Amino acid sequence: MTGSGTAVFLSELGRALPAITEGLLVTLEATGLGAALALLVAFALGLAARSRLLPVRGAARFAVELLRGTSLYVQLFWLFFALPMLGFRLEPMACGVLAFGLNYGAYGAEVVRGSIAAVPAAQTEAAIALGMGPGLRLRRIVLPQAYALMVPPFKNLLIQLLKATPLLSLVTVADLTFRIDQLRAATGGTAAAYLLLLLLYFCVAALLGAGMNALERRAQARLGVVGGDA
Amino acid sequence: MPIETVPGPEKVRFDRVTKRFGDQTVLDGLDLAVAPGERVTLIGPSGSGKTTILRLLMTLERVTDGVVHVDGEPFSHMPSGPGGKLVPADERYLAPRRRRVGMVFQQFNLFPHLSVLANVTEAPRHVLGLDADEAAARARDLLGLVGLADKEDAHPTRLSGGQQQRVAIARALAMRPELLLLDEVTSALDPELVAEVLDVLRDVAAGTDITMLCVTHEMAFARDVSDRLLMFDRGRVLESGPPGKLLDAPEHERTREFLRSIR
Ligand SMILES: Nc1ncnc2c1ncn2[C@@H]1O[C@H](COP(=O)(O)OP(=O)(O)OP(=O)(O)O)[C@@H](O)[C@H]1O
Ligand SMILES: [Mg+2]
Repeated sequence: MTGSGTAVFLSELGRALPAITEGLLVTLEATGLGAALALLVAFALGLAARSRLLPVRGAARFAVELLRGTSLYVQLFWLFFALPMLGFRLEPMACGVLAFGLNYGAYGAEVVRGSIAAVPAAQTEAAIALGMGPGLRLRRIVLPQAYALMVPPFKNLLIQLLKATPLLSLVTVADLTFRIDQLRAATGGTAAAYLLLLLLYFCVAALLGAGMNALERRAQARLGVVGGDA
Repeated sequence: MPIETVPGPEKVRFDRVTKRFGDQTVLDGLDLAVAPGERVTLIGPSGSGKTTILRLLMTLERVTDGVVHVDGEPFSHMPSGPGGKLVPADERYLAPRRRRVGMVFQQFNLFPHLSVLANVTEAPRHVLGLDADEAAARARDLLGLVGLADKEDAHPTRLSGGQQQRVAIARALAMRPELLLLDEVTSALDPELVAEVLDVLRDVAAGTDITMLCVTHEMAFARDVSDRLLMFDRGRVLESGPPGKLLDAPEHERTREFLRSIR
């Protein structure tokens, strides 16, 4: 970039700053709402996958495989382009949140199921010996211990979800990627614009990661794992 | 050999109980009766089915055949339909009945996400519905009994094995069980920690009328607390009798052999 090119880029960047901030907020909103929905889906499908009833278990398995086996990209396009043809029109942002929630929720379901299965059977047996019924055992004994195992994989899924949000710009949502792309078009500073985009995603991911790490340390401290804060 | 008859109502009765794991028969038509307040110790070689008996009573395993009764009522099964035909017990039938039975495990199995106090108050609060203060008061009494009054805020994993097992005993007693099952509760402990746990159990045996069914290799303890010893071999009661008789003058060569092996 030439000296005057840099000046143009910087002045355009200054003018675009409010729009970029807006885009960042849209990206954060999609990440937050998508993650919240994904968490719900993960627990619903993860717990259903452990049901004693074969049809419930089977349906959960099928849903998880279906959602994991079809790409997020296709799911989003299907919600955005195909669903309206069937008479259901969703806001573009809602399409994104739904697609992220279902797709990452399916991956999360495996985390929930696996973490619960990883709590030693002896813990459940101790709870049975204290007269605790199935609901109480799950809620008070198994899930609190499984939670500590869920946080690290959930952290990975959350950051993956963040990194998937640029798909939103393909369905007309003015997210961070969309706004930076506008800046790039206005200035021609492709390298600078995309470098800025990389940095911004990196910072958001680092913040989310730090938050999840704090949760992980707290969960481990509660379980008395050495290395967690007491 | 015939099983001794127990006078009065029975706390526990195994009625022709068979337990198979796959094609391995662990218990084969076992009959067994325990009177209320009786202290019975099960001894016998590894794999003879002692743990299986306790786990059946705690409903951690299901019988393959036969019926387990507690307090004269079916426990492994429940009456169903107009004919009162016995079918395997479901959670709803078991919930109120299981509370009368408590168990202490070889590996303690304390809840690692709860403090010592919370380990003891958890079930009284959420199963019996005690309020927080009542449950805490009960738990503190029991922690005092097991000599851990000063550890209520400690994290269970920070305690020694002997301390953990004493918490587990307090936790089981907090439910005020009528029947307490003890499965080799000192086997996982370093030798120097065994005595502190056995002393607590001696106090419990002396200070309550809880029916106790215990599996142990600690013969001095068995002699002190038991009314009756049962020698198991391959899922059957080989011989039974008061500890003095069974330990000092066993009838069967297998029993003598087993007692020699654990000395
Ligand atoms: N869940 C299980 N699945 C398969 N086999 C089992 C299971 N539990 C117990 N067994 C088998 O049943 C037999 C009796 O086991 P049990 O634990 O009751 O013996 P035990 O008398 O308590 O022995 P020990 O003194 O070694 O504790 C053993 O051969 C064991 O391998
Ligand atoms: Mg055993």
